[in-house]
Amino acid sequence: MEDDVMIEVKNLEKTYYNEDVETPALRGVSFNIKKGEFVAIMGPSGSGKSTLLHVLGFLDRHTKGIYKLDGKSMDDYTKDEIARLRNEKMGFIFQQFNLLPRTTVLDNVMLPLLYSNVSKFDRKKIVLEAIESVGLSHRIYHESSQLSGGEKQRVAIARALVNNPEIIFADEPTGNLDSKSGQAIMEIIEDLNEKKGHTIILITHETYTAEYSQRIIRFLDGVIESDEKVNRRHRAHDGFRK
Amino acid sequence: MTIQDSFKTALNGLKTNKSRSALTILGIVIGITAIILMMSIGQGAENLILDEIGGLGAETVVVRPGREPSGPSDFGETLFADSLKERDVEALSRKSNVPHLVRIMPALIVPGAVSYEGETYRPTILGASVDFFSDTFDAYVEKGVAYNDADIKQNASVAVIGSKVAEELFGFSDAVGENINIKGRKFRVVGVFQERGQVAFFNIDDLVLVPYTTAQLYLLGIDYYHEIITKVDDPANVARTVRDIELTLREVHNITNPDDDDFFVVTQEGIVKQVQTIIGALTIFLSSVVAIALVVGGIGVMNIMLVSVTERTREIGLRKAIGATDKDIISQFLFEAVTLTALGGIIGIILGATFSMIASIVLTRVYDLNWAFTFPVSAAALGLGVSALVGLVFGIYPARQAAKKSPIEALRYE
Repeated sequence: MEDDVMIEVKNLEKTYYNEDVETPALRGVSFNIKKGEFVAIMGPSGSGKSTLLHVLGFLDRHTKGIYKLDGKSMDDYTKDEIARLRNEKMGFIFQQFNLLPRTTVLDNVMLPLLYSNVSKFDRKKIVLEAIESVGLSHRIYHESSQLSGGEKQRVAIARALVNNPEIIFADEPTGNLDSKSGQAIMEIIEDLNEKKGHTIILITHETYTAEYSQRIIRFLDGVIESDEKVNRRHRAHDGFRK
Repeated sequence: MTIQDSFKTALNGLKTNKSRSALTILGIVIGITAIILMMSIGQGAENLILDEIGGLGAETVVVRPGREPSGPSDFGETLFADSLKERDVEALSRKSNVPHLVRIMPALIVPGAVSYEGETYRPTILGASVDFFSDTFDAYVEKGVAYNDADIKQNASVAVIGSKVAEELFGFSDAVGENINIKGRKFRVVGVFQERGQVAFFNIDDLVLVPYTTAQLYLLGIDYYHEIITKVDDPANVARTVRDIELTLREVHNITNPDDDDFFVVTQEGIVKQVQTIIGALTIFLSSVVAIALVVGGIGVMNIMLVSVTERTREIGLRKAIGATDKDIISQFLFEAVTLTALGGIIGIILGATFSMIASIVLTRVYDLNWAFTFPVSAAALGLGVSALVGLVFGIYPARQAAKKSPIEALRYE
């Protein structure tokens, strides 16, 4: 095992049981992800990519196989340790944004800090920095419902960033956005990887979006179809093209 | 998550659903209002009754015919209604029998009205002695004179009337010397009491006193008394005097077994105890009704909390995804429930106190009762505690349901 491997997955299986009906979502998946890598996971809907992300993000449990994070098997983490991992080591960006309604941008971004050990006096500073890094300083006291889709996703990114996590999971972050806002969001995500060294695992079904990453894993029917390096990556300064 | 953060989170949750929060606590508000209102009015009633009993004087001992009623359905009193007669008064008056007795008066209640030149009025008509009233209840004749023992002996048709009776029948003209009519018999008014209001069980202003002998002979046609009122020289001797009265009357009535007593003795202390027992029982009864109301209110809170948990599945999922532990989620929803019900409790206390204050004002002004508003501090503390407890008990289930949600299930919830 290489030293900088962060995520190690071997023969991972996940089956959903629903009233005696078995639905396999992942059928033996193996790969490693290194620290600081930017990986895109692609595939048609129902191919198991979202299930994989949920398992990797400790939001769901696999049925068979091995998933090691930092060399420690998922089964060895206690419930409270998992909550702590989600809080400090991982950040999530969802397609549906999942902001708290009728709550200000400030409070939405502050939410993860409430569940961490950050002292009350440092919170606001950290939150304001995170909001500034996604360019929303002028919207701090707006309620989430008053924002456009692109702005909402920026808030979600700021929320994912606020605890400075090692891994950021992004589940179709541009899926609900127009292409221009999507572009802006991808630039932010690219920056997080490039300049700040966050490991990024991105789910998308758009090839263009996937090509921001260093490596694309393609899924089909619960197995890996291909796992390739991206030869010509999109960069933020390339400008918008689709 | 610190307690302060949990509390703030809960408050925000409630604030974003203001009208639902308000409706949720309605049951608790009504329950606590009822508790406070009940306790406050109960306290006021007890004070009022005890105050009146206090006017009876600790030295006053009343002998009544019949058996002491032991419950509301006990008609024992009517059984020996004619057991107290002149011989009993004579026996009790003897110093050798009841050494600490200083005054004794037979009394009769005469149902009926008094009239004067076409004016009719229904006061309380008693066959009694005026001296005893002056001495025991501090009610003195202001105009005219009191009838005396000679009048009583001669069955004289004379009366002393209260100030209100005088006003009703005679207006501003002088009542003394006029003849009033009671049950077809003419009585000459010899005196009018000073204005005195409620003393013990009598409203002195609304009283007509006639000699008890006259009441027996001409108004009721009976040879017994409705009660014998006595006065003891010192409150410390009441217990001993009660025993002396019982022994004397048993001897006169040839009773050997106390269970066969055809009379009973009432003291201020005894009445106070009885009243306290009755009010205590009433309070327990009403409290259990209110307790049921609070349980229903609590179930209402639980219902709404469960709906809220389901509605906020996404929020719960998100919170868990960004690091909330089960404990964080439980405390958030428990705090919401407890904050809701405690708020309901505070509103209930304020409403209950306001209503009972209004009630006391109405009772004082309209019904002319000497009713004092008391804010039941202990009931308020109890109400607040109970409402918070209701939140805790009925909040636990929804809070646990919330914490049980897996984050992924929650995120997928539409």
